[in-house]
Amino acid sequence: MQESTNPPFAGLSSAEIGEIHSEMSHYEDKSAVSIEALKIVQKHRGWVSDDSLVAVAELLAIAPAQLEGVATFYNLIYRQPVGKTVIHVCNSVTCWMLGAEQVRERLCRHLNVELGEMSQDGEYTILPIVCLGACDHAPVAMVGDQLILDLADNTVKQIFGE
Amino acid sequence: MDRPLTQNIKADRPFASLADYLQTGGYQGLANAIKNLQPKEVQQWVKDSGLRGRGGAGFNTGLKWSLVPMPEPNDADRNPTHYLVVNGDEMEPGTFKDRLLLEKDPHQLLEGIVIAAYAIQAQTAYIFLRGEYHLAAERLAHALEEARAQGYVGEHILHSDFSLRIHLHSSAGRYICGEESALLNALEGKRATPRPKPPFAVVSGLWGKPTVVNNVETLCNVPHILRYGVEWYRSLGRGADKGTKLFGASGRVRRPGLWELPMGTPIREIIEDHAGGMRDGYQLRGFLPGGASTDFLLPEHLDVPMDYDAVTKAGSRMGTGTLIVLDDQTCPVQMVLNLEQFFAQESCGWCTPCRDGLPWTVTLLKDIIEGRGRLEDLDTLAGLTRMLGPGNTFCALAPGAMEPLQSALKYFRADFERYISCGNTILETG
Repeated sequence: MQESTNPPFAGLSSAEIGEIHSEMSHYEDKSAVSIEALKIVQKHRGWVSDDSLVAVAELLAIAPAQLEGVATFYNLIYRQPVGKTVIHVCNSVTCWMLGAEQVRERLCRHLNVELGEMSQDGEYTILPIVCLGACDHAPVAMVGDQLILDLADNTVKQIFGE
Repeated sequence: MDRPLTQNIKADRPFASLADYLQTGGYQGLANAIKNLQPKEVQQWVKDSGLRGRGGAGFNTGLKWSLVPMPEPNDADRNPTHYLVVNGDEMEPGTFKDRLLLEKDPHQLLEGIVIAAYAIQAQTAYIFLRGEYHLAAERLAHALEEARAQGYVGEHILHSDFSLRIHLHSSAGRYICGEESALLNALEGKRATPRPKPPFAVVSGLWGKPTVVNNVETLCNVPHILRYGVEWYRSLGRGADKGTKLFGASGRVRRPGLWELPMGTPIREIIEDHAGGMRDGYQLRGFLPGGASTDFLLPEHLDVPMDYDAVTKAGSRMGTGTLIVLDDQTCPVQMVLNLEQFFAQESCGWCTPCRDGLPWTVTLLKDIIEGRGRLEDLDTLAGLTRMLGPGNTFCALAPGAMEPLQSALKYFRADFERYISCGNTILETG
């Protein structure tokens, strides 16, 4: 696959384009990397802007509207800016039963944000997430890539070490 | 060896390395399959073992493999494209079994993948992993490198004519991706909406090619069947179903967790012996036997064996085998609301009953809980369980969503009525 840094891919960095191209070799069809491509852009920029989305669509030779349909479908693709670290608090049944709502409220209060808002310093965003597959340690949250188990009264300390 | 799936999972190490895996006979099942058996013989071994899919549906795994159209000696194309896809999109609330296998013993899964791919003559396998399983992705990627370096994956596996590429695909979060055909759309880079059936994936799946989709735990059973044989595997079950299974329990039990136990282990043994019974001050009120999309059962069902058919006969499904326990101080109506909110959010919106019916269900439940309910609402909810039931929707998401609701209306009707008559619940949760 030939790499290009000319328009219409000018919105993407050469690193992003290189990573997207290397993923293409694993699939029969380059449009199959659409989700991975959005994740690559998000890894570099924190979120997927309209311009980035159009650039990825051009690179994959699919309609921007089609890619938008994909981007808005998946929970882990962010179409709005988020904090440097996203805190996902599980809201599924076992976590709910064991106090996930209180955990989420404590975190929101600590950062002075509503669910989905970015903290004023741009560091954090709290989002709900469905079952993280650790129900034996409920309630749980994922801070960035890190799973935090058995959240309880000292949730803030467990997550922020304060 | 009565716990083959978890034999390598030890408290004193984070996961089983390749050396650890080889020490307990790892990759010997693969060697037996590739060196001594034809692909159709491998299919037959797995079929005869009685292994049923551990993702929830419980279809005979070997039988599924045997539905893939295999090339005949006279066929012009002796090597048609086939795919194997591993369903590692564990997002069913209350289910946490595949995570253990993925993180703690990745080579067991890889060996199962290569044997399964050999059995159906797939040249490429995709591990479809939910995006949140970062640690699993890291360990699988490392294990894949090790397996490639040692000739267990890649070109001419164990010096045979069989070659297999395995690619790790990390998804981006959506429950419907666990549905077989929706998963295939996601792998093709599309919205994960289900596909019409027929054709079934085994005939026309990924990019229109024959594709087998197997759950992580299902594939982890395969190396042991190929190493120790069909009769050994069949002897592991305690009831009608064969082998062992990862059973789990979560909620207000003393020791929530996962245990590898023989198929057919009574539910009472799981809750009382392994999970240690209820926490002090709490009584068992009911349980979902196999994840969020199964019907509630009651304490009177504790002696039901965890077998696909036995749990079905009791009025629910074994599903993923991970019990969610309802205690006497958690409101069943609020619990059902939590479950229905999940299903409404995660509906892909492809078919109208699911797209519109699930939010309507949520609205009615909220109305009841917030004191705006009427007795007729219970009839409407009961009607929705039929309208969103099997046969009326494109896939099993909405029928699954209706299972906890329909059983809650049956067993906990008094709780619904108490809300409607006096706005009362048992206790606030938390």
